[in-house]
Amino acid sequence: MIRAVYITVATPLAGALVLAGVRRLAVAGWLNIMVCSVTFVAALTLAAGVARDGVVAGSGFRIDAFNVYLLVLTAFVGMTTSVFSRPYMRHVCISGRTTERGMRLYHVMFQAFLFTMLLALSTDNLGVLWVAIEGATLATVLLVSLYRTPEAVEAAWKYFILCGVGIALALFGTVLLYFAAQHVVTDLSMGLTWSTLYGVASQLQPSIMNLAFVFLLVGYGTKVGLVPMHQWLPDAHSEGPTPMSAVLSGLLLNVALYAVVRLKMLVDGSLAVTDSPHLAGYLLMGFGMTSFLVAGLFLHRQRDIKRMFSYSSIEHMGLMTFAFGLGGPLATFGALLHMLVHSLTKSAIFVTVGHATHIANTQSIDHIRGLIRTQPAVGWGLLLGVAAIAGFPPFGVFTSEFLLLTATMQSQPWFTLALLTGLTVAFAGLFRHLHPMVYGPAPVGQQPVPANMLPVMIHLGLVLWLGLSIPAFLASWLDRATGLITGIHLL
Amino acid sequence: MNLEQLPVLQQLMVVLAAVALFTSFVLLEQARLVSAIHAFAWQGVLVTLVTVVVASSGGRAHLFFSAALTLGLKALLIPWMLHRLVRELELDRHSEPLQRPALVIMAAVVLVIFSYWLVLPIVQQELTFTRNIVAVSLAVVLIGLLMMVVRKQAVAQVLGFMSMENGLFLAAVSATGGMPLIVELGVAFDVLVAMVLFGVFFFQIRESIDTLNVDRMNRLTERGDDA
Repeated sequence: MIRAVYITVATPLAGALVLAGVRRLAVAGWLNIMVCSVTFVAALTLAAGVARDGVVAGSGFRIDAFNVYLLVLTAFVGMTTSVFSRPYMRHVCISGRTTERGMRLYHVMFQAFLFTMLLALSTDNLGVLWVAIEGATLATVLLVSLYRTPEAVEAAWKYFILCGVGIALALFGTVLLYFAAQHVVTDLSMGLTWSTLYGVASQLQPSIMNLAFVFLLVGYGTKVGLVPMHQWLPDAHSEGPTPMSAVLSGLLLNVALYAVVRLKMLVDGSLAVTDSPHLAGYLLMGFGMTSFLVAGLFLHRQRDIKRMFSYSSIEHMGLMTFAFGLGGPLATFGALLHMLVHSLTKSAIFVTVGHATHIANTQSIDHIRGLIRTQPAVGWGLLLGVAAIAGFPPFGVFTSEFLLLTATMQSQPWFTLALLTGLTVAFAGLFRHLHPMVYGPAPVGQQPVPANMLPVMIHLGLVLWLGLSIPAFLASWLDRATGLITGIHLL
Repeated sequence: MNLEQLPVLQQLMVVLAAVALFTSFVLLEQARLVSAIHAFAWQGVLVTLVTVVVASSGGRAHLFFSAALTLGLKALLIPWMLHRLVRELELDRHSEPLQRPALVIMAAVVLVIFSYWLVLPIVQQELTFTRNIVAVSLAVVLIGLLMMVVRKQAVAQVLGFMSMENGLFLAAVSATGGMPLIVELGVAFDVLVAMVLFGVFFFQIRESIDTLNVDRMNRLTERGDDA
């Protein structure tokens, strides 16, 4: 089964190398889709293996119930985004916003980015996890500046510097972690492997682990987009090409949060016997709640459609961080489900937004009008996507948010009020901008664009399915992950 | 703590780390880019020396390899690349004194004290030697961060970033005897790629705003959205 891990991780890397040599744009687009499909099939095989054996481990990789579902999700969103990006980037190239060299760079970096994501998810070594997440910054930073406008260059520089600094702090945390491990682990070459550390977590020095976790949280939290380290996120999302925004929001943020949760599991084990066993959880709750509320307010004052949805991403990442901090099986189950549905919905929204900006030829919310008149598929896609992300039943986001609310009411009743307020504020923020964009008359001369809405339909269909009934295999899957993280099964 | 009670090699390590911290201050205050690059290269040499000392005291053979890696990357390759970039961008005569030198240096001193305070919990396990080293390397990291905040020039910011990496490396080598080899190689690879990308960005920035003063990049603010 370990072979499936190799194939899953190595396929995008090989794809990046091959795509570097492909000059014909038409070929590159299709090849990109093919590579992503192979990755997805390999990830599915791997998931079947994990479902059968429980854990697939070997030569530095370790796949368990927690990361396997994120692996499948990553490969899936990568695949659907590649389907969307083929006609989209062709349109970009024809309209002269980038050159053929830029397109080659785009395809190579798209695959390189997927490689770093899959590597970060599948590795057992916390050092390699760091290397992979830093690699994700490096792979995407040139894409943010792909259009070479002053805004794009500025966004890319901000992204590079902020994430570089953040991730450097995370490395310091990793060093401290290794330092704590040295007193406990005998075989030092295993001193950074998560499974080894998890086995001895209760013996790790709490004082060092505390310090390490603060650095790690600030570091990886920068990548999650937690307030106040979120500054890079709206810029990078709004200035980069839209397929990039879709995978950044749908995948990178998830993977960074995944890293935080893995580390929280270690710290919780170490602090269990001290007088502040939930310190890591409280930190996550604080950062999460702040991000959730602040981003909800910022939704109201956005003028750029992609910027608006990136704030919505910050809001949802804040919610998940809060839920993981809350701990307990119900909150963790809800957060895992929310990671899934948010990824699917948000990437679908960015795909639709990409088409909408091509129809209106601008990203300014004030100038996008009458989408349903001009191109009903795009208009309805945007409307349904936003309805889903705002937490309307019967979509899956409603289910997960409902679970989170219930869990909050159980353990921290006062936070329910803040959560409800935040959800309402965010809902109002999204819809006040959405309404004029989809309804109303279209500006004269606004033409439909060639759009492939299939990825959007599949994503939203899945989210709808998850909202109506979570299939048994997925529920048991998430439940196993919950059991892994909290030690208690929900179902 | 009493330095004289430590074994000679550990004393040497503390001294070398302290000098590395000193170069951080030099780097922070350097007005001319070329001199700053030299100071950075010397810091790389010092980190290499610490690695060599740890390697010869602990008998960890793979540390000699990482010492060579540090020397090659931090003391030779990256300074050389920066030098070339500065010459290509015609910035070799560029000098930009700090706005409020006294304040900045004071802030750096406060950061050093803060680092010592932060690692206080570690001392409770009687690891005085490690505490010193961890505190010094954390101070190098934080001063690098401070440099990225106070310097407005893109090249100087990159120097701050790279000196942060030096601090991290110092911590890894001296407190833990070096990270596992695969991690070290990965980190070195990332740093190298980052340097290449920084080089690309210098040209992109200059193309877009005609200068490398990143303070001029102010199109993307929340306030700008309301305009």
